Amino acid sequence: MNLISVAHLTTVFDKPNGPVTAVDDVSFEIREGETLGLVGESGCGKSVTALALMGLIQPPGRIAGGSILFKSRDLLKLSEPEMRKVRGAEISLIFQEPMTALNPVFTIGDQIGETLAVHKRATRREAIGVAVELLDKVRIPDARTRVRDYPHQLSGGMRQRVLIAMALACRPSLVIADEPTTALDVTIQAQILDLLRDMKASFSLSLLLITHDLGVVAETADRVAVMYAGRIVEQGPVRTIFRQPQHPYTRGLLASMPGGAPGRRLRAIDGNVPTLGELPPGCAFHPRCPERFEPCTLEPPLDYPAGPDHTAKCYLHAPR
Amino acid sequence: MPLVEVSNLVKHFVRNAGLFRRGTRVTAVDDVSFTIEQGETFGLVGESGSGKTTTGRCLLRLIEPTSGDVRFRGQNVLALSPSELRAARRGMQIVFQDPYSSLNPRMRARHIVEEPLVIHRLGTRTERHDRVAELFGLVGLDPTHLDRYPHEFSGGQRQRIGLARALALTPSFVILDEPVSALDVSVQAQIVNLLMDLQERLSLTYLFIAHDLRLVEHICSRIAVMYLGRIVELGTSAALFAAPQHPYTRALLSSIPVADPDAPRHRITLDPTSFSRDAQLRRVAEGHWAAV
Repeated sequence: MNLISVAHLTTVFDKPNGPVTAVDDVSFEIREGETLGLVGESGCGKSVTALALMGLIQPPGRIAGGSILFKSRDLLKLSEPEMRKVRGAEISLIFQEPMTALNPVFTIGDQIGETLAVHKRATRREAIGVAVELLDKVRIPDARTRVRDYPHQLSGGMRQRVLIAMALACRPSLVIADEPTTALDVTIQAQILDLLRDMKASFSLSLLLITHDLGVVAETADRVAVMYAGRIVEQGPVRTIFRQPQHPYTRGLLASMPGGAPGRRLRAIDGNVPTLGELPPGCAFHPRCPERFEPCTLEPPLDYPAGPDHTAKCYLHAPR
Repeated sequence: MPLVEVSNLVKHFVRNAGLFRRGTRVTAVDDVSFTIEQGETFGLVGESGSGKTTTGRCLLRLIEPTSGDVRFRGQNVLALSPSELRAARRGMQIVFQDPYSSLNPRMRARHIVEEPLVIHRLGTRTERHDRVAELFGLVGLDPTHLDRYPHEFSGGQRQRIGLARALALTPSFVILDEPVSALDVSVQAQIVNLLMDLQERLSLTYLFIAHDLRLVEHICSRIAVMYLGRIVELGTSAALFAAPQHPYTRALLSSIPVADPDAPRHRITLDPTSFSRDAQLRRVAEGHWAAV
């Protein structure tokens, strides 16, 4: 069953020289208990998608269309007080920067407790006890003492554990993790990914994992959506995406990774990521695409089926 | 003779020193020794705080080492006077990690690349002009963009400018401090290829500082692994990846996410009590040392 279905989501930023589409007609589903990996490079719209799901798009940004069906309600039709009950309680977000996402002047116990109190899951008095339990669950050693620590007393990896504990505090059914390990060292990253996987099982969560790292996706996701210039260009099961990628961008990304014979030239993708607002006509990837042909430069392609549960936004897969 | 010889390099930083307070001493680089042969790419890997960047900067004396010995073509870099050091730096240059903060936003690309030539008083104005255009071509930048400012370039193009600046003085040794980690994934491979091409064309020697182990494995002939200021393992890439000896190297290699959903995962967690911090490097195989 789908826990959340996003359909034709479009997010626009009104800039002085005109509107810029950051998320362009994006559709995807996350099934119950599933991890969807949303992959893309900086500026592709993956973080804006996360903020849209949380109802946190601020002016000059606005949602210009689409729907977000979560447990059979359209989140885009909820009032702000109704959305506030969903945010943090049913859908929660783990931010990228464990250094800046915590308030430096409150103890971590207070900050976890606040989430619980706001959503009336515990009184202030009970909150500390629940916070200790949560810190224990995310494997922070000596949680009873640590609950009184301030963020600066913790390492980056520990802070990310605290953020995960906060995200889990109200037992949400969907957790969005936006580059949860990008700021961390590789050994700590491995621990946090393992922790997320365990928490997903023990809290029966669904996870939207946003990252630029294909290795992280391969290790954690069940299905993958690849974003480029505001659009999802390919979507499918993780094995298919890595074994038989169908969009030239996905193929290019995978081929450009170091591997093969040492010292050999890498198979780079030519050109640069286009700036939003200055996208080329047609398929946004066509100037960099080795397989482009006539229709690519005219109209943006639609999602064409490329296999079971697998679509690619590429004319190579258009029915003739 | 190796091109670069580093022996017993130590760097202490003093933290929190105040008027009436003795600071605490932090040993960022702790008795580090290695050599880099002419024409090779030597990798220095480790996590944040391991001392890899400080080591790189000590080699150029951008940070003054506390003690130890750095020899470049046999010449003791640490004994040079300021003017001798400036002359020596013509042979050794650095490319920084962040292509955004390492270029002066108020200077045109042309002047950024020309600046080392001006500082070292090389060539006439026209000669410098021609040299800058040549460097632009060398790193794959469009010569019609010479008069642009850094913000008008993408991250990958900025890193090319940083590279052109480093190559302006025709150095033989270049320190690359995380040269691609701030770049978009689809652009990283372009810069890596450029670095490999330039190395071949200009017979450069690289010290490649990075935390991306897959990349290091791909382009480095030999690798040193740093942990808490010390080199804990040193060897050829092939040996180090095939048969890591130090517990830290093993944990590090097992943590790399592999872009293959079916790859077997055997995560090794580092147990800091399983090895001695004071163990000396010893030879475990031909060309392979580990502090075990």
